[in-house]
Amino acid sequence: MPCLFLKNAILVNFMLDDLDRRILRHLQAEPSLSGAELAERCRSTQGVCGRRIEKMQAAGIIEGQEAVIDWTALGYAVEVSLRVTLDKTQARAFDEFTEAAREVGEVIELQTFLGRVDVRLSVLAQDMSHYQQVYRDRILTLPHIADIEALMHIARVKQDEALPI
Amino acid sequence: MIELDEIDRRILRALRQDATQSAGALGRKFGLSQPATWRRIKRLEDAGVIKGRRLRLNAEALGFGVTVFLGVKLARKGQVSLEDFERAVSAIPEVQTVEHVLGLYDYRLRVVARDLADFERVLRRRVMTLPGAGEVEANVLLSEERLPGPIG
Repeated sequence: MPCLFLKNAILVNFMLDDLDRRILRHLQAEPSLSGAELAERCRSTQGVCGRRIEKMQAAGIIEGQEAVIDWTALGYAVEVSLRVTLDKTQARAFDEFTEAAREVGEVIELQTFLGRVDVRLSVLAQDMSHYQQVYRDRILTLPHIADIEALMHIARVKQDEALPI
Repeated sequence: MIELDEIDRRILRALRQDATQSAGALGRKFGLSQPATWRRIKRLEDAGVIKGRRLRLNAEALGFGVTVFLGVKLARKGQVSLEDFERAVSAIPEVQTVEHVLGLYDYRLRVVARDLADFERVLRRRVMTLPGAGEVEANVLLSEERLPGPIG
């Protein structure tokens, strides 16, 4: 079954026409557009746009919409990217590290990589002294760390995460 | 700064999963009336906690098979204008996010591409040619999780 689904997804991918792409571009830029506004911008009708969206949802192209949270409004002024290299001589290093990192309440993102960096954590803190506390008590105690580098966020210059459709 | 109670946190978690849920539907989930839920959502929006919505697309189904994070160091610091670099890098369609950071690198970029060959084209033709771009480190994304964080 997963194979069949993948085939369908690829098939639909090749069949995306100009209107589908316009819909995705406008919805990416402004997800809260009403059906009528979207139809007008795509130079189509609400019924047609609605059916196209349903089709793209069924094909797994549109997965949904998520609320974006501004952590600074909740008092988390500090965000640090921790780039972690793991001790790969331990067979279960990846699994045990990610399992433990998921339990840290201040971690909002966990990514694994192929490259010089193995895992990256996005860590939030209220201020620098809170960060220091989280870093010492919760991060440095995580298993199998060989090396950590920190990048402190100063500003988000571009953050829409839009795909170039 | 806004204080959250357990219901606020549950509402935020639910909206992060699916932002299209109505106040009525959310209220039924948490045993609240529609107007009470609406007021809570409105308060979270007014305080800037919910700053918008994002459309979640399946990058792979749209033909984008590769995501790469780039650490970029500016060459000849002081001679390049940060504004020029930021404007030029933000204009590259394949660059999804640009973060100004402090540490080993100056900028952190999230780049999507159809495959590794396509990524190489973006890297050589668009990123390496940016005004002031110096050393670049690439890490290919294997997996990604977003966690509830402090609202968990």
